[in-house]
Amino acid sequence: MTTASARIILICSGKGGVGKTTLTANLGIALARLGKTVAVLDADFGLRNLDLLLGLENRIIYTAQEVLAKTCRLDQALVKHKQQPNLALLPAGNPRMLEWLTPEDMQTIAGLLAERSDYVLIDAPAGIEQGFKNAAAASREAIVITTPEVSAVRDADRVIGLLATMDVRPVQLVLNRVRPKMMANQEMLAVDDVTDILALPLLGLVQEDERVIVSTNRGEPLTLEANPSPAGQAYLNIARRLCGEEIPLIDPSKKRHGLRVRLINKLRKTTGLF
Amino acid sequence: MTVLDFINHLLRRQKPSGTMARQRLQLVLAHDRSDLNPELLDQMRREILEVVQRYVEIDIESCDVSLETEDRVTALLANLPIKRTREFPLPSGSSAFGSGPSAGIAVASAEISVIGGPSPSPAAAPAETGEASAASQP
Ligand SMILES: Nc1ncnc2c1ncn2[C@@H]1O[C@H](COP(=O)(O)OP(=O)(O)O)[C@@H](O)[C@H]1O
Ligand SMILES: [Mg+2]
Repeated sequence: MTTASARIILICSGKGGVGKTTLTANLGIALARLGKTVAVLDADFGLRNLDLLLGLENRIIYTAQEVLAKTCRLDQALVKHKQQPNLALLPAGNPRMLEWLTPEDMQTIAGLLAERSDYVLIDAPAGIEQGFKNAAAASREAIVITTPEVSAVRDADRVIGLLATMDVRPVQLVLNRVRPKMMANQEMLAVDDVTDILALPLLGLVQEDERVIVSTNRGEPLTLEANPSPAGQAYLNIARRLCGEEIPLIDPSKKRHGLRVRLINKLRKTTGLF
Repeated sequence: MTVLDFINHLLRRQKPSGTMARQRLQLVLAHDRSDLNPELLDQMRREILEVVQRYVEIDIESCDVSLETEDRVTALLANLPIKRTREFPLPSGSSAFGSGPSAGIAVASAEISVIGGPSPSPAAAPAETGEASAASQP
């Protein structure tokens, strides 16, 4: 629990709505379950949501804004999670903070959080504007999350380029909303396509999962469950890999298919027609 | 894939959309990554030539400075044929388009690699972690 050993990880994507906040919430809970002290920082001041996904929206008193202004102490602003008290949220301040917040301010906040945590997860805003740059300036490493869609991958590429110029590393990739059937039918970018194009090590694969929506409705991240659904399990595996455990990554689109699909795929490969 | 999908595929003989997605992305990213505003590239080219000319006389006509991209790495390739080296470097800011007898032509090449793709704006300078090398045989 020292500043030097704390890992400050930016969770970013470029494009909005690809799953940054969902990943931050689930990863935070998963790391807390593994016994780590975790602080999650909502750096999406414009469109803050992390409090809602964690079910903490009614317990916010102070925010990062008061901490920076020194009108409250950090521990007064931090909201501890009831079931996983190892996890604390530092809520985003007023959207107007965007007008004056500097990279140094973000570094100050992240530094304070790092003093009391093993992991600091920063939920970045979408885009590559100042809000993103402030968040990146405070981070040491990053997780880029994308979906297997052209627009999301293209935006992820921009972000990866920026992170390289800002000396944030390592940068690892999470591929979200994977639909194994569509991938197997080659109607979606394959896992290898995305990792080849973006040239990043793959930290995790999260399938498209209705349970994600249900858990968001309730404000209870999937990783709280004892027997998590496929997406929940994927988030837990990501947490374990971050902690250094070696957990094999299985591409769900390459699982053994029924005879018909295998025959069709074989035909497809041998004829090269379609 | 249902049998019906399969037959449709056969009839249309269309590439699967996943393959199209990959090909389109590769093209658009090659462009995105090497996206340096032509004006800036031209200014950089002029400044590079200016510096090099303080040390060596170069054959301006056949100089070539361009960007090439491969695997996430964009390289600046400069091919600057050298006429002769100067005994004493000219002070900075001086015009180097000079006279002097031309000795045999040698070639200097410099490579500057910009790792991590394009920089978003001219204000945010890209980190140039690169090497520059030059060779000349008078
Ligand atoms: N693996 C998934 N399966 C199904 N829905 C998902 C998945 N990941 C994210 N979503 C949904 O996508 C939407 C955007 O997610 P969010 O985490 O808010 O994205 P961001 O923070 O990047 O804008 C939400 O409605 C969320 O429920
Ligand atoms: Mg979000």
